[in-house]
Amino acid sequence: MNDTLPKWVDILLIPMINLALALFVSGIVVALIGENPFEALAILVNGAVGSAYGWGYTLFYATNFIFTGLGVAVAFHARMFNIGGEGQAAIGGLGVALVLLFVPWPHWSLALLAATLGAAAFGAAWASIPAYLQARRGSHIVITTIMFNFIASALMVYLLSRVLLVPGAGGAPETARFAEAVRLPSAYDIAPWLGFRRSTPLNISFFLAIASCIFVYLLIWRTRLGYEIRSFGKSEPGAIYAGISPFKITMIAMLISGALCGLMATNSVMGEAERLVIDPVQGAGFVGIAVALMGRSHPVGVFLAALLFGVLYQGGAEVEFEIPAITREMIVVIQALVILFTGALDNMVRLPMERLFLSMRRKPEAPMPTRTEEKAGS
Amino acid sequence: MSFLEILQILESSLRLATPLLLACLAGLFSERAGIFDIGLEGKMLASAFMSAAVAAYTGDVWIGLVAGIFASMVLAAIHGVASITFRGNQLISGVAINFLAAGLAVVISQAWFGLGGRTPQLQGPSRFSEVTLPLADAVSSVPFLGAIYANLISGHAILVYVALLCVPVTWWILYRTRFGLRLRAVGENPAAVDTAGVSVVGLRYAAVMICGLLCGLAGAYLATALGAGFVKDMSAGRGFIALAALIFAKWRPWYALGATLLFGLLEALGNRFQTVELLGVTIPTQFMQALPYILTVVILAGFVGKAIPPRAGGEPYVKER
Repeated sequence: MNDTLPKWVDILLIPMINLALALFVSGIVVALIGENPFEALAILVNGAVGSAYGWGYTLFYATNFIFTGLGVAVAFHARMFNIGGEGQAAIGGLGVALVLLFVPWPHWSLALLAATLGAAAFGAAWASIPAYLQARRGSHIVITTIMFNFIASALMVYLLSRVLLVPGAGGAPETARFAEAVRLPSAYDIAPWLGFRRSTPLNISFFLAIASCIFVYLLIWRTRLGYEIRSFGKSEPGAIYAGISPFKITMIAMLISGALCGLMATNSVMGEAERLVIDPVQGAGFVGIAVALMGRSHPVGVFLAALLFGVLYQGGAEVEFEIPAITREMIVVIQALVILFTGALDNMVRLPMERLFLSMRRKPEAPMPTRTEEKAGS
Repeated sequence: MSFLEILQILESSLRLATPLLLACLAGLFSERAGIFDIGLEGKMLASAFMSAAVAAYTGDVWIGLVAGIFASMVLAAIHGVASITFRGNQLISGVAINFLAAGLAVVISQAWFGLGGRTPQLQGPSRFSEVTLPLADAVSSVPFLGAIYANLISGHAILVYVALLCVPVTWWILYRTRFGLRLRAVGENPAAVDTAGVSVVGLRYAAVMICGLLCGLAGAYLATALGAGFVKDMSAGRGFIALAALIFAKWRPWYALGATLLFGLLEALGNRFQTVELLGVTIPTQFMQALPYILTVVILAGFVGKAIPPRAGGEPYVKER
């Protein structure tokens, strides 16, 4: 990246154009299957942010996506692509379940603290093997993390159907329900005057997600370690020359990334399901990729992009309910287009923008040489 | 285990290995040209849907096959535009293509058929039927060899034989033609190819489109020969197993055949036995399912024969000015 573009264009205008393109193409898809895209969009927005009920789900989804988005973003800063958020979050869920099932916690606050540590430790542990293989053996982290997603999914099925299964639970592969004492306060418990219903999934781990955003900001831009991560990501030879150990940074960045993805389980496993089920992640690990790309790997951007995807997920469910012809998978299409335009086709918008801003910048500079000549002559 | 049982397992391994083999060879073309492709899964899925949908509509599986290949090649072209023309991140583009296919297939099939994201059941001429090779009936009574010929080799869909034929063809193209030499060179050192006056962009597009064609065959096989119609997420990670097989095979065609047959065998065994007893230890079926991925990680880690990818893989080529 160079400095031909003003900062606001890079972090605001280009993502907005990319998002507009993604929505435009999605609109075409909706139109092609014979539905009105504007009507769908209205239902989507209204369903997501038009009521306290909608907000309860929107922010719940956003909480998941903040965690996984931050996880992918931290790895991006070290120029690593962590596709393994899905597996790391699932194993993080295992950590939460083990902590909550085998220790009788007296109060949810203690339990949340322990579950946070459990989720982070398990998520980080699952990321540690691909990280080690990348750092020491040069195995491509993208391929190993993809493989670890599948291994995690097989492991979870095995554990839930053979080991952690509750006898007499009707055969559904899930653990026992966590104790009532560790139930996290939901938005209804905290702020009933905002109109949240008793069943709202939004819970206190939303604040944990915000705290994680602040943590990542401080880590990346305000600590020595963050500086090392960023310099390693910008230029590996430069970082080595500066005495930064590639092994250390690869390991630490991936461990933090895995821990953040794992933390998602505090929201989905502890906050909502209150037990460990098959596939507690539901694709949020992959949404994290889109969120980190859109949010330009900055915590503020990640927060906003996660909110956007929360709106899409909740609103998409409403659209499916109102217009049965548009299935829930439409969200996956939009998600794919966002990844495509902001990630892979970024240069399609960026290059013309750079050309435009270069030409705008050249104009006032044009008379400069004549002036210097006059000076020289006088 | 009787001889016939072993034959049945091997026969089902071959059937299950076929889509893996086609997708693996698809990835081989693309990655040998320096374009990483983790979108094999998506292209297969797109082709599976389109071939089943068109075959259901027209009643002719061959038209379905063409439509499936077309859908897969459209996605391949998107990957090419993103990663060659706009020099975007090939991995991110692949991820996007996987989601695009997974989403669009269900959205469109719901809009066309209204069956909750699947296509109608395919029957008769809208499916690939089993081909009985000549003399199969005649020699089936011959002990051992006749049984192998009649049960294992004969009686597959035509695409199985096409896939097996693709292995020597791929080898021949890569190692015995000028195009193949250039293709391999462009994955190792594109600047050298460019200096020789050969178009890097053209070669890479050709490789990506061949990849689309083969993924199209793989997807069509899934929906119209192995299965009878498209169901949501029917590729079920096969694109990633093919990717694993490609690494396992160290980007070489004959090894790809071996790797995919091995992974096909693992799947066949996993389907047939819920648990496998080995040396007194019970191995759960989930372990069998995870084994291709575990083996790939071990290979990638370089503990057993290091896999070295094409050197210019994943790097967009920027011509110096």
